[in-house]
Amino acid sequence: MTAPILALSNLSAISDRDQAPILRGVSFDVKRGETLGLVGESGAGKSTIAKAVLGILPRTVRVTSGEVRFEGADLLKMKAGPLRRLIGERIALIPQDPMTALNPARRIEAQLTDGPRLWRGVNAKEARALALKLLDEVHIRDPNRVLRSFPHELSGGMRQRVLIASAFALEPRLIIADEPTTALDVTVQKQILRLIRNLQSAHGTSVVFVTHDLGVVAQICDHVTLLFAGRVIESGSTSQLLDRPKHPYTRALLDACPRYDRPNAGLRPIPEAVIADLYAELGQSGASR
Amino acid sequence: MSVPGPRGIGKTLRACVGDPKVVVGGGFILFLLILALCAPGLAPKDPLEQDLILGVTPPHGFAGAEPGYLLGTDDLGRDVFSRLIWGSRIALTVAFVAASLAAVLGAALGLLAGWYRGWVDALISRLVEVWMAFPPVLLSILLVAVVGAGVGSVIAAIVIIDWTRFCRVVRAETMGQAKSDYVAAARSIGFSQMRILVREILPNVMPILIALISLEMGIAVIVEAILSFVGLSVSSDVPTWGGMIAQGRQMLHQGWWVLAAPLIALFLTVLAFNLLGEGLRRSLDPVMRR
Amino acid sequence: MTGDLLTARNIEVSFGGGRGVFDLGKHAVKVLQGVTIRIGRGETVGIVGESGSGKTTLARALLRLIDVDSGTILFDGLDITKLSEPAMRPIRRRMQLMFQDPMASLNPRRTVRRIVLEPMLFHRVAANEADAEARARTIFGRFNLPSACLDRYPHELSGGQRQRVGIARVALLAPDFVLADEIVSGLDVSTQAQVLNLLKGLSRDLGLSMAFISHDLSVIRAVCDRVYVLRSGRIVEEGPCEQVFAAPKDAYTSALLDAIPLPKIDPNWLGPTTRAERVGEVDGAK
Repeated sequence: MTAPILALSNLSAISDRDQAPILRGVSFDVKRGETLGLVGESGAGKSTIAKAVLGILPRTVRVTSGEVRFEGADLLKMKAGPLRRLIGERIALIPQDPMTALNPARRIEAQLTDGPRLWRGVNAKEARALALKLLDEVHIRDPNRVLRSFPHELSGGMRQRVLIASAFALEPRLIIADEPTTALDVTVQKQILRLIRNLQSAHGTSVVFVTHDLGVVAQICDHVTLLFAGRVIESGSTSQLLDRPKHPYTRALLDACPRYDRPNAGLRPIPEAVIADLYAELGQSGASR
Repeated sequence: MSVPGPRGIGKTLRACVGDPKVVVGGGFILFLLILALCAPGLAPKDPLEQDLILGVTPPHGFAGAEPGYLLGTDDLGRDVFSRLIWGSRIALTVAFVAASLAAVLGAALGLLAGWYRGWVDALISRLVEVWMAFPPVLLSILLVAVVGAGVGSVIAAIVIIDWTRFCRVVRAETMGQAKSDYVAAARSIGFSQMRILVREILPNVMPILIALISLEMGIAVIVEAILSFVGLSVSSDVPTWGGMIAQGRQMLHQGWWVLAAPLIALFLTVLAFNLLGEGLRRSLDPVMRR
Repeated sequence: MTGDLLTARNIEVSFGGGRGVFDLGKHAVKVLQGVTIRIGRGETVGIVGESGSGKTTLARALLRLIDVDSGTILFDGLDITKLSEPAMRPIRRRMQLMFQDPMASLNPRRTVRRIVLEPMLFHRVAANEADAEARARTIFGRFNLPSACLDRYPHELSGGQRQRVGIARVALLAPDFVLADEIVSGLDVSTQAQVLNLLKGLSRDLGLSMAFISHDLSVIRAVCDRVYVLRSGRIVEEGPCEQVFAAPKDAYTSALLDAIPLPKIDPNWLGPTTRAERVGEVDGAK
């Protein structure tokens, strides 16, 4: 039984401003080479978890307990310098919004080679060769032109491909994909999802895929962790969660999804009772949305 | 369902008064206003009264000070403190009137340019560009030469020079707001253009306008001081802070307090205006008031 | 055809040509070409389009918020294509727009009360302020919005509440036609379901005709009777929802459907490319 590459244990965090809980004892594992879907509606805490793993929690969020172990080392207890190095080399991010994740004032080549030049010490020529190889891996057809371009000269899908290339540049062990296809057209989304899956299996990378879309989860994730209000509601393999959900919230969420193959799907909101029960479980008076 | 507590005019006023910047800045301005309004009664001495025997006496607390002359006297024996109070009248008049007029003129043109675009915008923008090319000092001198010295010309000079600042900012802000969906919503409801401009867009331009006006008041005070420093402001027998600075500069070694007093007053006044503006903007704007 | 409430024929819209004297000579881009849409009374019609399809432009063109270069728009038999603003005013009450982002479509510096009451008073749907307030409270109750919302500013409400306020504002005018432009995009699945239900109920009660614009075919399936597929400014397919979804005729429509991940595991979904997808647009070209 190999150790998981990422293991969260009982991670709890509160907001510094109003002491409101953001994460409540979150625990889950990510095994080597697997894709874990981190699912939840907005405010569930998925972004906070992603930021905790990447070491970029905002100052207003305070971790009150728990561990975030990456390859055995607790990221929360590491000093800034070694943490930065570890994360820079071994964990990568595929961000949500390709429009804003690239610096509009720098050419693609510069941005793509930032990581390698910093952490691997490659020179300009080697970096360029690496950049071309990366762009080829993400199926960009005119890599030389793209390298010379500025972000605004590329389409959203192209930019996301560049960001994916950038994420795989240092052969990370773990990739956090933070809703990488939410801002894209659905046809482009499919290509990007395929790309991520293929690259992931080629490089043996583990992926934490943050999303609110259960359809995406079904097609790309091996395991799923479902969050609500900072707490893990249900966790399991994708097929188990989708076909045999245990928790009423999971079932209600699946029922609420619109489906183009079912005319009346998408019109069943999560019942107030389910939400009320959830809040009761969390030990707080019901506050429906 | 969490919905926060009710708000109304009362709460708005309380938010204003509760903001520390409003209290400090506004408090100082209010204090100055009272001083200025009550100058005739409050000023211990006649600001123009010369007493050459008591010339160049230091302020209270220093060796050689004369009782009754709180901040000392200048070389002509005039009470610095009284002159300071009387000078605040000019300063505040210019500040409020000039800033308000410049704001009204500039904002009106800016709104029209930003909303209607087309030839209206082209015309107003060209006007602003040409206008800003004129050296301000030259304009002031021209104005004073033509119209004559006095508070009116100082105010006119400031308005004529600074309206462009309001116009540009308000125009840009209006253009930005005009693209918003709430404007499209207002149009789809059928409101007329003028109504949308005044009742939908203007409230969203107000925060930046308030900030600008308070900054402008500070600027106006300084411009008046500069103009009276060079003798282009009101006639020389009316005490102004700028005039006092000019005078104090020349007798710096004999009596530093003649320069120090108006300088400090100027500094504090501009600071107060800036604080007040910042505080008002924060407390009056429902979006910023969380 | 005469039974239709809204008929748009051969709409063409270009941008960049410039309106005023000072913008001549700029290169114009055709955003809509030969678009024909008809919406029957009481019907909910979907318009699906991805980014760059021209759907937002179409929305504004149909409501005469922008002018069309050519084509006609008929509303309840009346040609409104070139109608002047004053003449459009009474018609505007009858054709309303709902927006995607209520943060942007509700004036951030106006209370909800003013946002919701003013249109009613403007169009004399309510006799006076008291009447308008009463109507607002009634519909707020129906929409599960607390009356306290009336005194708030938009940023003080939750996303779902804001969206419902935006819908209420429109509903209170009792229009005949509503165009909903991506109104559930970006909402949680549950909130989305609430809003869609609301809309369906409203459409039924008021006998509304609706045009529902979305990039999400699954959402369109949930609420629409017929659908138009918009691509790069042209309609490439149209028809009843069951028909188009079950057996799309156009390759682009197939590609769109094929690209939607359903919440059930399908090992073939990410597998080798299907014929339809190769024909569809690859994003490499820009």
